[in-house]
Amino acid sequence: MIITVLRLLLQFIVLMGIQVVILNNVRLGAFINPFLYVLFLLSLPVNTPKLLLLPLAFFTGLIADMFQNTPGMHASACLLLVYCRPSWLSILAPREGYEPDMTPGLRSMGLGWYIAYAGGLIFMHHFLLFFLEIFRLSEIGSTLARIGLSSCVTLSLVTIAQFLSFNPKNN
Amino acid sequence: MRLLFLLLWRNNFTIFFLLLQVISIIMLVRSNRYQQATAFNATNRFVTQTTGAVNNAREFISLRDENARLAEENAKLRARLNESAYLRDTLTIRINDTIRHQQYEYMPARVVNNSVNRRNNYLTLNRGSIDGIRPEMGVISTNGVVGIVHRVSDNYCTVISLLNEKTSVSAMISRNRFFGSVRWDGKSPGRVTLYEIDKTVPVRKGDSVVTTAYSALFPSGIFMGKVDHIAIEPGSPFYKLGIRLATDFSNLSRVYIVKNLYKDEQRILEEKNEMKEDQP
Repeated sequence: MIITVLRLLLQFIVLMGIQVVILNNVRLGAFINPFLYVLFLLSLPVNTPKLLLLPLAFFTGLIADMFQNTPGMHASACLLLVYCRPSWLSILAPREGYEPDMTPGLRSMGLGWYIAYAGGLIFMHHFLLFFLEIFRLSEIGSTLARIGLSSCVTLSLVTIAQFLSFNPKNN
Repeated sequence: MRLLFLLLWRNNFTIFFLLLQVISIIMLVRSNRYQQATAFNATNRFVTQTTGAVNNAREFISLRDENARLAEENAKLRARLNESAYLRDTLTIRINDTIRHQQYEYMPARVVNNSVNRRNNYLTLNRGSIDGIRPEMGVISTNGVVGIVHRVSDNYCTVISLLNEKTSVSAMISRNRFFGSVRWDGKSPGRVTLYEIDKTVPVRKGDSVVTTAYSALFPSGIFMGKVDHIAIEPGSPFYKLGIRLATDFSNLSRVYIVKNLYKDEQRILEEKNEMKEDQP
């Protein structure tokens, strides 16, 4: 339990660090803003209490907001992500169900499942985020382009990060 | 009543979600409407320290470009010194001191955080209320307009970049002084659009676009960019002029904050105007 909490804390600091120090400063064109930090919310254990998910997401979002000067925007998008997460997990559940303390990841569930899981939630997060940023429908074409392209880049980064990440169970 | 509690308890996840969502949205709306500093924005000390460190690294990498730019600016300024001008009429120089009061002061500042790839971009500068910075001062770089000061803390201020849908800067075509307003459409960080120039005005590609002093934010005649696209919208009496910006927002590191010493005087006078008009 303690180890899990410490591991999650370390993961949070590393991901938020990469987000703030590197990704917020890299220019990939006008339509691409990847948000790797959502990997933290995606890889919380399956049996995390539902009522704990929400404050975790709220504060993760607020910290991301502090660095981008957009109070509430990331918080709102992160809340939507974790609100959809339990239902999305049960929709995608394999026939034998999940192990209770399992972390939804590439290694444990395979590539196809992971892309469906992460892709869906990342899309929802980015959809709300970019619409809150623009706050109107008049530039819908470019907003949808932002959402689509950024979601794809975030999904790729999240998947690649899984290959690179340290996994204590394999040692 | 018990049924109500039971119902609430059953849906506690959804209710907690909605509650936090409402808090987020309130924060977002408030941050758009008011300029007061809250703990969760980019003038927070920890945030500025982190982004400042990142920017130091970036600035070190771009020192060569920055040196070149400063040398160029030095050369331009040197060319405007009295010593480098041929004095045809000494009388003008003498009068200068007594009839020209200084209206604009420039304070150099360093960019500690910046973005160009979002729809609404902001910058953070290392000057704050201690240095006499107040909201709604203009910010320029050596190549043109950068934005308008938004929030101010003791040592830092955030700037609404020109690359932001909230920004609208009054600008004119320098050749014939017809004015309109410049806004950003959110597509490319190198291009903005000049609206509200009448279709009867002669405009050519390559015309320089400079600021006007109407908004009291910028001195008149600060270069912004050149017209590189002329669009005529059917049914509208105005042009839509594409402007290529002279400022490269993606590697800004030194800027100047413009203090207009007569701004309050102009604003108070103009407000009196509007009050009179409102009366029946």
